[in-house]
Amino acid sequence: MDIVNKSQNKERSVVSRLWNNKDARSVIIQILTIALVFAALSIILHNITVNLAAIGKDFSFDFLGHTAGYDITFSPFLDYTSSSTHFEAAIVGLLNTLLIAFCGIILATIIGFIFGIMRLSNNWLINKIAYCFVEFTRNVPILLHILFIHGIVIQLPVPRQAVNFIDSFFLTNRGLFIPKPEWGPNSWIVGLCFIISIAIVIILRTWNKKRQEQTGVIYPIFWISISIIVLFTLGSFFLTGMPLTWSVPELRGFNFRGGVSVRPEFVALWLALSYYTASFIAEIVRSGILAISKGQNEAAGALGLTKSRTLQLIIIPQAMRIIIPPLASQYLNLTKNSSLAIAIGYMDLVATIGGISLMQTGKEMETMIIVLLTYLVISLIISAFMNWYNRATALVER
Amino acid sequence: MNNFEHQSLPPPRSEIGLLGWLRKNLFSSLSNTILTVVAIGFLLWLLPPLFEWAILDSIWMADSRKECWAKMEVPEGAACWAFIKDRLGLFVYGFYPMDQRWRVDLSFILLICAIFCVLYEKLPGRKFGLMFAIAFPFITGWLLIGGLGLELIETDKFGGIMLTLIIGVTGISFSLPIGIILALGRRSNMPVLKSLCVMFIEFIRGVPLIALLFIASTMLNFFLPPGTQFDLLMRVLIMVTLFSAAYIAEVVRGGLQGIPTGQYEAADALGLTYFKAHWLIILPQALKISIPGIVNTFIGLYKDTTLVIIIGLLDPLGIGRASLSDAVWAGLAKEVYLFVAIFFFICCFAMSRYSLWLEKRLSTEN
Repeated sequence: MDIVNKSQNKERSVVSRLWNNKDARSVIIQILTIALVFAALSIILHNITVNLAAIGKDFSFDFLGHTAGYDITFSPFLDYTSSSTHFEAAIVGLLNTLLIAFCGIILATIIGFIFGIMRLSNNWLINKIAYCFVEFTRNVPILLHILFIHGIVIQLPVPRQAVNFIDSFFLTNRGLFIPKPEWGPNSWIVGLCFIISIAIVIILRTWNKKRQEQTGVIYPIFWISISIIVLFTLGSFFLTGMPLTWSVPELRGFNFRGGVSVRPEFVALWLALSYYTASFIAEIVRSGILAISKGQNEAAGALGLTKSRTLQLIIIPQAMRIIIPPLASQYLNLTKNSSLAIAIGYMDLVATIGGISLMQTGKEMETMIIVLLTYLVISLIISAFMNWYNRATALVER
Repeated sequence: MNNFEHQSLPPPRSEIGLLGWLRKNLFSSLSNTILTVVAIGFLLWLLPPLFEWAILDSIWMADSRKECWAKMEVPEGAACWAFIKDRLGLFVYGFYPMDQRWRVDLSFILLICAIFCVLYEKLPGRKFGLMFAIAFPFITGWLLIGGLGLELIETDKFGGIMLTLIIGVTGISFSLPIGIILALGRRSNMPVLKSLCVMFIEFIRGVPLIALLFIASTMLNFFLPPGTQFDLLMRVLIMVTLFSAAYIAEVVRGGLQGIPTGQYEAADALGLTYFKAHWLIILPQALKISIPGIVNTFIGLYKDTTLVIIIGLLDPLGIGRASLSDAVWAGLAKEVYLFVAIFFFICCFAMSRYSLWLEKRLSTEN
């Protein structure tokens, strides 16, 4: 046998011997891959330089310091004028993206949990209404939702006939007008008391948890925490002489003055993104809670826990472990979907630097690189948080 | 011992039939009753006006918006479906030349055949059916674009439902194999391949599709040799395919992780090569687990085809919006949006129901 094998080995060429060796083969494949990738990259780079030179463009980020020369209608955080630079326009766009993502995530979570719980209701009618909402919403493209809501919002009445809630909230075709808090001189004391009360609550909860683990005694910690926060904050508010006034929007001429005005594009995008994402969150919540086996519920009952305690101590902690990872990826989706703002003229990152700046400067390459890198950083941050949470709550298995 | 057998009594009347069902599902407790009343109130507020608007009072025969509104008791008080009827050709075929539309019709029929071949497993001669399904994108590509004896049609004439189906079907049929390769690459032992796949997947998943479409429409020509003219639809198709391939890769990776190591070891013990082991042992099982995720990705892709209107292609939504700026019909936005929404809902809901059915069927086998 040995002799036959050896003679066969001799006959085989070096290449086939290398190919049949697992380690050697893997090295060969990898070297080939690297070579291919580099070849492709260098061809692309070459093409880019040739193409750019052909139309007389260069590759530089100098344009970021130049005057942008266009208006951004919605810039709640920064003073932006048409004489600001492209860089400032990009920052305004980024802040607008983050704002819509933040507001959208909060509203989507609230609506999503409500509908998820409705889907679990014993009430047949409530269950079916939630089912129809969820299925219809998530099977229709988000862009359609955005355009539809935008169509409704811009057809709202003019400011003179605004939809009026208790004389302080006004819904018009120029956007939503809400009262703006104006803090007086001593208001920092109220803020401080609020923070202190939260700190006290956190300490109390840690102590309570430790005590519960040792003795099994549970205090109604939820109501205690709420009352501590409310009493502290309200108490300090009244003691410092109510340092808060509201600037209520008032109709002057053809539009409202005072208060905070929220652009109609923002309202439309916010609502559409929120309920669209909520329909996915509802399904996540439902399947997360259903995934907790019936035995857990029955075991809790056998231990004599009440229904609300079972929910609080047994079901929710376990369901959250299942719910959070897909929830985080829905948040990520919402953030990325907010780029559809461009369809209705909300000035987010893609619409400012990747839209108007691109058109004005003709710097396709540079602006798109900025847009892509920004989104990549946002998603990496969200997924890093998700991984951290996964590790922190993973089941410790023996 | 008492041998007398008690005859079992029938259940109380309040527990069976319609009455029992109502009691159990709608009025089991006070809070439940309140919820039911609120829900009925909500439905009464929502449904009858909607029904009147969409069906009872709606106008199906008219030549313009004015005529439509003139026929109604209250102007703008009901749906004007005459608009959709008038534009139906545009909604289905886009700007495809009138005398060549039979090619699109034939493609629709072929598509239905291909779907039937893939989904219906008891079909006699299914092997040929599957081969036809694989060849289908290429046959249809030739049929729609032309050449080789057929009149050439520019792709900027494509639009409407036809465009949605082109992007959707191409994306679905090409992203699955690419996604599987990416998933295998991500789980490979070779660090170079692995990191390349990870970088690609994470990059694509980290950016919005609209940014990628912008790249396709503005930047991609810079990457190609000077003078290359590359069709916009083609660029969009490539981007959409790569985009959903990255998502498919993550779903398939999840499926691969669900396969016990024993399966790999058993395949090795049988002396199967890497390709044979994956083709015969690993992938059939992994894909089976990942069906729900794969179909969800497909549904997402199908819905995302609407984003092409932002770079100027006209899918049903784009056609609808373009029709809205037509002076004869302007102002009928609700009808357009509802029509397009129903079209997408039917397609996507059918896909998700099919995936649920498939999941159930495959799971009972085990």
